Amino acid sequence: MNALAAKFHARDHFAPRGTYRLLPARFTRLDDTRYVVTNDVGEHVVLTRPELRAYVARELSPDSSVYAALKARHFLFDDDTRVALDLLALKLRSRMDRVASFTALHMFVVTLRCDHTCAYCQVSRKTEDRTNFDMRPDHADRAVEFMFRSPSPALKVEFQGGEPLLAFDRIRQIVLAAEAMNRTHARDLQFVIASNLTHLDDEILAFCKQHNVAFSTSLDGPQDLHDARRALPGASSHRAAIAGITRVREALGPDAVAALMTTTPDSLGRVVDIIDEYVRHGFNSIFLRSLSPYGFAVKTSLLRRYDVDDWLRFYAAGLDYILELNRRGYPMREEYAGILLHKIFAPGGTGYVDLQSPAGAGIAGIIYNYDGAIYASDEGRMLAEMGDTTFRLGHLETDSFDAVMTGDAFVDMLDHTMLEAVPMCSDCAFLPYCGADPVFHRATQGDLVGHKVHSAFCRKQMAVLRLLLTRLEDDPEAAEILRSWI
Amino acid sequence: MLLKLHGRHLRALSAATSRDPFLARVCKNPDLPAAARSRELLLHDGAGPLVDAFRGHLVRTPCDPGDRADVYLIGPEFDYVGAGDVVRVDPARGSLSVLYRRASAYNSMLVTERCDNYCVMCSQPPKDRDDAWLVDELFAVIPLMARDTPEIGITGGEPGLLGPRLVELVDRFRLFLPHTALHVLSNGRAFADEAFARDLAAVRHPDLMLGIPLYSDLPEHHDYVVQARGAYDQTVRGILHLKRHCVRVELRYVIHRDTIAGLPAFARFVARNLLFVDHVALMGLELMGFARANLDALWVDPLDYQAELASAAATLDRARIPVSIYNHQLCVLPPALHRFARASISDWKNRYFEDCEDCRVKHACGGFFASSELRRSRGIAPLRGDSAPLASTTGGP
Repeated sequence: MNALAAKFHARDHFAPRGTYRLLPARFTRLDDTRYVVTNDVGEHVVLTRPELRAYVARELSPDSSVYAALKARHFLFDDDTRVALDLLALKLRSRMDRVASFTALHMFVVTLRCDHTCAYCQVSRKTEDRTNFDMRPDHADRAVEFMFRSPSPALKVEFQGGEPLLAFDRIRQIVLAAEAMNRTHARDLQFVIASNLTHLDDEILAFCKQHNVAFSTSLDGPQDLHDARRALPGASSHRAAIAGITRVREALGPDAVAALMTTTPDSLGRVVDIIDEYVRHGFNSIFLRSLSPYGFAVKTSLLRRYDVDDWLRFYAAGLDYILELNRRGYPMREEYAGILLHKIFAPGGTGYVDLQSPAGAGIAGIIYNYDGAIYASDEGRMLAEMGDTTFRLGHLETDSFDAVMTGDAFVDMLDHTMLEAVPMCSDCAFLPYCGADPVFHRATQGDLVGHKVHSAFCRKQMAVLRLLLTRLEDDPEAAEILRSWI
Repeated sequence: MLLKLHGRHLRALSAATSRDPFLARVCKNPDLPAAARSRELLLHDGAGPLVDAFRGHLVRTPCDPGDRADVYLIGPEFDYVGAGDVVRVDPARGSLSVLYRRASAYNSMLVTERCDNYCVMCSQPPKDRDDAWLVDELFAVIPLMARDTPEIGITGGEPGLLGPRLVELVDRFRLFLPHTALHVLSNGRAFADEAFARDLAAVRHPDLMLGIPLYSDLPEHHDYVVQARGAYDQTVRGILHLKRHCVRVELRYVIHRDTIAGLPAFARFVARNLLFVDHVALMGLELMGFARANLDALWVDPLDYQAELASAAATLDRARIPVSIYNHQLCVLPPALHRFARASISDWKNRYFEDCEDCRVKHACGGFFASSELRRSRGIAPLRGDSAPLASTTGGP
C-alpha cells in the first residue's frame, strides 16, 4: 500500500489513546453462543460471549472491528471524543418525542351491530336490527371535539364495530365534522373504515372517494378457512370480502384497502395457503396476527386450542415463505416484522400502538365506544364487556379531555407501563423494540404489569425478535429483503 | 468545456486611467445610456466604435484606441466572456480575472485560502496568510451580479474562519440577490460555537445550504482524513447546531482509498444519527492539489467500490435522505445507481474524452474533471445502443 506524502500523519497518529468508558447498555442471549446488546436509543450489536465479556471488562482493543461497531453505535466512548453523548441525547429525545405529541389513533365504534357471527370476535356483537347499539349523534360530535384536543400533528380516525357500514350515517357525520374542524386545525387527518365489506354500495364508495376514506378488512385465508370462522349467515364471508376488495380497488385505487388476518387453530398448518391467498389477490403485504384473549375467543375457548408456541411455529414458517416469495421476485412484506424492523433500524421507532413504552393504550390510540364511554384500547373495551372496567377512562357526556387525560385510570396505566421500570423488562435487551400490553396482562394475570416469565406476550416478542435478529445476522440475502421492509 | 478564468496576457492598447486593479461588469451594448456606463467595460466582438463614458473597453482584435484610455486587447482564451460577467482588470500586472460568469448556472467564489483542516485529498490546498481582501472584493462584486443568478457557491479554504464576516457576507447576498441559492462549502467546525450557528441562521437567507464534509462514523477516521485531531467532534456539533437553528446542511463524502471501506458504516451512522440532514453527496475524487500529491496512495478505481457505493446509497435512500452521487461517469456506475448520479462538475473544469462522443448517455453524464487525464477508471467506455455498461457486468476484481 502506498503511503501519503511525508507532510501528512499516518492513521495511527489519530488512534484513540487510553481506555474507554461504557455507555448504558442491556444484553440478552440471542442463542447458545451470541448475545444481543442494545442501548436506550435502539441501536444494537450482536456479540459472542468472549466479545461481550471483553467489552464489559474494558479490554477491547481500539483497532478491533467490535470496538468500532460499539463506538459508532454509542455503546462506549473513549478519551478523545465526547460528541457521542450529544448524539445519544439527541436520539433519545427524538425517540421519546412521540409521547409529547399524543394521541394519533382515534377509534370510533359507530355501532355494535354486525351481520357476521365470527367465532373469534373480540367484540360482543349484537344482531343487525337493534339500533340502540349505535353511537348517538351528540356523542359522535363530542368525540370529534375530544379528538382535536390531542396535540398530535397527525390524526387517524378508524371506524370500528360491529360492522361500521351498518351505521354509515354516523360515519358520514363524523367525517364531515372532523373535516370542518380541520379547516382551522390543519392536522394530517386520515380516515379508515374497518369493515367486512358486505354492505358496500355506490353511495358509500362515492362518499369515501370524495373524502379520501380508506378501508381495512379481514381476509383469513382461502375460502374454507375464512368461512369456517367468519360466519355470514346464508352466504360466504370470503366471497363477500374478495368482491368488496375488488370493488374498493376499482373505485378508490389499489392502496385504499388493506386486509388483516387472524390466526385460528385451523390456520396453524396452513400458513402457505394463507399467504398464497393474499398473493392471489394482489396484496404485497400480510400481517400474521395471533388471537387476543378477549371477547368471544375466550368464551368459546378458541384461544386455548393453540398456545404461543404453536403460533410461533406458524409465524416462523410464514416468514420463511414470505422471504422465499421475495427471492423468487414477488415483493411481499410481513407487517409485524416490518414494525419490529422499523424499531430496530429507524431512529424514531414507530407509532404502532401495541408496542410502546409507556403503553400505547390511550396515549397512542384511544377508542370511543358506541355508548359514549371512552376506553384506552379496543381490547380494553372488550375487557369491560366482560366486567372489568380498568381501562374505561371516562365518558364523552360527563368527562372533559383534561379530566380524562389527567384521570387516575389513565395516569395509573402510564405509570405501570414504563418498560424502563418494569421488572424483567428493565434489563432486557429487547426493551427498545418492545412495548407494554397492560390489557393482556390484566386479562391473563390480573394486574397491568404481569410476571414476564408467565407472559405469552413476552414469549412471543422475544421469539419473534430472536428470529428476526438471527436472520439479519446469518443470512445476508434475507437481511437485504428484511431491510427493504423498513 | 474547459475555461481559463485568469489570464496574464492582457495587452493595454492605451494608457490606464489608474494603475490600480478595478472591478467592472462586461457590457456588449454600446447604446447603454451614458449615465449607466461608469462600472461597465464595453466588449467589442467586431470592430465597433469606441464610445464614451465606459470604464474601459475590451477588444478581441487590435485596433487604434485614438485618445481613449483603458482599451485592452484580450486573447482567444477569453472567448467565452460575455455580457453581465464581472471581471477584475489589473493594469499593472496586465491580467484579467473572470470572477463571475453571467451565463453559468453555478459560480463559485473563493473567500479565503486559510483552513483548519488539512485533508489528505484537498483539491485546493490551504495557504496560511491573511487574505481578507478576497472577501472584501466579493462584497464589491455582489452588487454587480445579475439579480436572476440561480446559484452561487462560497468556497475556501474554510469560510467559517471568516467568523462574523461570513454572516455579513450571507446577509449581503440575501439583500442584493434574494432569489439566488447560496451554497457554502464549510468543514462546519466553526459552528461548534452555537452562537455562530445562531447568528448565521438569524440572517434568514431564503435559500442557504451548508455543504459539510463528514468522513466516518468514527472520530479517529475522520480526524485522520482531515489531519486534525478533534475535528470530528467539532464538525458533528456544528452540524447539530446548524440544524437546530434551521440552517440546511448537506453532507459531503469524498471517496478514496482511505474512506471507501467505511462508506457503508458512514451511511448507517447518518441514517441513525443525522437523519435530518437535507442531502448527502457521495463524491468521486478530483485529482488536484493534495489528491495529486497523494495520487498513488488515494486512487481507487470506481469499478472496485461499487458494492460499498450501492450499499451506502441504498441505506440513505431507504432512510428517505436525498442522496446524490457526484463526479462519477455513468459508465462506471451500475445502472441501479444511475438515478443517483448528477452531472456535478463545474462547467469551467469539466470535459469529456474522445470516446465519449459515441456515448448515448453523454447528455446525462457529468463527464470528467479536467484533471482526470492523470488516472481514469478501466470502466470508461461509451454506452452504445442497448449495450449494458461495463459496470453492470464487473463488480470489481
